[in-house]
Amino acid sequence: MDNLEQKFNETIKMGLDIVKETEEDRLMTLSVGPQHPGSGHFRFTIKVDGDYIVYCDPDPGYVHRGEEKMCEYRNFIQNIPHLERPIIHDSTNITYSYSLAVEELANIQVPLRGQYIRALASELNRQVYTLYWLAIYGIFLGHSTMFMWPMGDRELFIDLLEALTGARVTHAFNIPGGVRNDVPEGFKDRCLRQVAYFEKRLTEYEDIFYNNPLFRQRTEGVGILTKDNAIKLGVTGSVLRASGIPFDVRKAEPYDIYNEIDFKIQYMKTCDSFARSTVPFLDMKESCHIIRQLLDKMPKSGEVRAKLQPNPKGPPGESYKRVESGRGALGYYIVSDGTPKPYRVKISVGSFRNMLALPFLLIGSKLADMPSIYWSLNYWPVEADR
Amino acid sequence: MRSGDRDSIMIKDLVNPTNFNILVGKLGDALTRALDQPLGYAINWGRIWSLWPVHLETACCSVEFGAASGPRYDVERFGIIEAFGSLRQCDLIVVQGTVTRKMAPRLRMVYDQMPDPKYVIAMGACAITGGLYIDSYNVLPGVDGIIPVDVYVPGCPPRPETLIQGTMLLQEKIKRLKIR
Amino acid sequence: MSSDRSNTQNGSEQKKANSDSTQTSMSKKTEAITPEFEGDLINKIVSKFGDKVIHVIYIRPGRTKILVPSHEIVQVASFIKDTLGFDHAESVSGTDYPKDNQIEVIYHLGSYSVDKLSSQILALSTRADRNDSRLPTLINIFKSVEYHERETFEMLGVYFEGHPRNERFLLPEDWADIPPLRKEFRIKGR
Repeated sequence: MDNLEQKFNETIKMGLDIVKETEEDRLMTLSVGPQHPGSGHFRFTIKVDGDYIVYCDPDPGYVHRGEEKMCEYRNFIQNIPHLERPIIHDSTNITYSYSLAVEELANIQVPLRGQYIRALASELNRQVYTLYWLAIYGIFLGHSTMFMWPMGDRELFIDLLEALTGARVTHAFNIPGGVRNDVPEGFKDRCLRQVAYFEKRLTEYEDIFYNNPLFRQRTEGVGILTKDNAIKLGVTGSVLRASGIPFDVRKAEPYDIYNEIDFKIQYMKTCDSFARSTVPFLDMKESCHIIRQLLDKMPKSGEVRAKLQPNPKGPPGESYKRVESGRGALGYYIVSDGTPKPYRVKISVGSFRNMLALPFLLIGSKLADMPSIYWSLNYWPVEADR
Repeated sequence: MRSGDRDSIMIKDLVNPTNFNILVGKLGDALTRALDQPLGYAINWGRIWSLWPVHLETACCSVEFGAASGPRYDVERFGIIEAFGSLRQCDLIVVQGTVTRKMAPRLRMVYDQMPDPKYVIAMGACAITGGLYIDSYNVLPGVDGIIPVDVYVPGCPPRPETLIQGTMLLQEKIKRLKIR
Repeated sequence: MSSDRSNTQNGSEQKKANSDSTQTSMSKKTEAITPEFEGDLINKIVSKFGDKVIHVIYIRPGRTKILVPSHEIVQVASFIKDTLGFDHAESVSGTDYPKDNQIEVIYHLGSYSVDKLSSQILALSTRADRNDSRLPTLINIFKSVEYHERETFEMLGVYFEGHPRNERFLLPEDWADIPPLRKEFRIKGR
């Protein structure tokens, strides 16, 4: 009798042990992406405890195409078209720093007019990139108007770039030694008209999106990245400037003719998602001023491209050059062994550096804040994967 | 389901729980055969104007795909490419650019989960042959090795107009297909 | 001035590195012009650790590069962070030199907190043996190298001792080949 009771008790105990909830059981694992409207070409695994994210692990590499290895098999000029593919809507900036690095290696001087046209194309492309980012940010916060308006205005800038370079998004415009061709006739007036129109539109963006109470509630105070943490994680671009650090490669280390241009670094001190989404918008405003100055100061005539030998090459050496792209500092580290093909090319992109902030910001925040944090990081997965 | 040796089985043999799937398949076949002549045109017409794509971005052509949904090109006015969340309600998959070795199993998984009928558009040079990345170690030389492609849209990236034209070609193709 | 030292020193490890054509030519080229501010920065490091440890590759305006043996890199990095004020890593890249049987890992360090250093990039490099490539991690000093080091591990097969996750990052999960950025890895058709 005792034996039976003991057995019964043991069975009950065992059953209770099985049913007993552990800490792990309360967590639910969610896989966001790659087939997910909000994530793009990227996947991250998150674990949620109720409403709060307790674990996040990014899993990039879905568009890893081995650009750095391919570079070693092509010469310096052949490399340009495939190097702009990681970020085709900001393609002038990603080839800009590549051209600067090759120019330093091969000791090429760029003519003054070429430098101005280069900077002009780069600023126009920054607008195209930021408008695309803003459109995606808008639609994933459920604001359809903010998808349609920037997409529509982006087409106008694309028209300008198409007139300048001949292609809609993949320009291959910057080459070592300058730019591929001169500006077309009547480009200055067209550009000025477009910039004047766009500045008017920017105030409307502010009214409908940035002053929208729903948008502000979803972003203000969400995903705080303090100044110290921003430095520690080594983020760059708008994410850095939103954390109150006025750092811009165009000011810190002026390349080409940027030291002759008068502009301010736009930064905010609130460190939240709202600041991170506003800083690119302020950059667009500032970029309009830069475009005006560039058009004014541009020499009326002259060469746009230095004469190059067929396969440009330099002495053995290495160079690291960076520019300010739409997502922050974009650096190229090129090692040359004296042949026309680079020995090693490393692309240091803003997206890859900002990815480190994603788990940091997501852990501890609510699941509903995930889209506003993720897209505020100004992250483009294709560029991060390279 | 459509194999010939099953035709000899009588309908009454199939009416039991174990053979239920075969019964449904047979009934479906009979239904499509009966409907093909009188209603095929109407069913294909319905399919033509509701080509909804899966929102799976494989590479950088997604930028031009996004531009196609924007206000200037506005493909939704044709009732075709409306980017949609759930793949269970989609019948079109637009492979937007390079398919890497890491993405390929996911792409096949997405394709397998879509309900029939389903169509595939390979968008961009990378999805057709590998394009610029033909000699890369991590890129598939064309997407048709893993999923059957209906229409190839060339370009690097294709302009939105080209994507619209490719979709219209697919519509022509569907018009001539027997209903499945 | 410091480039002179680099040419005259006789440490066995440095000699090996010096045999690489890339670096000797660079240091000769920059011998004539040594910008003052950058020279001072390097002098601070050299006077702390001595020229046995610090091997100056080049000093150019805005760009400096030093080569450090792998067992000293943690001390040098913490000195660079605490005393000089370089606070984050912009990129970490590895270069394969089959001729020397070595892999070079370069940390491009930048600074946000010190205004004067914002235009400076200090390249801190070290070399690992190609057959048994192990290096100490710098993740405890610069948190920002976390993903960069993970990428270097999978692309070049350099194992970072002390790094929490030496795992796959960008490559597919079923990658079974040698690390792709090593020189003996040939891409198809080339």
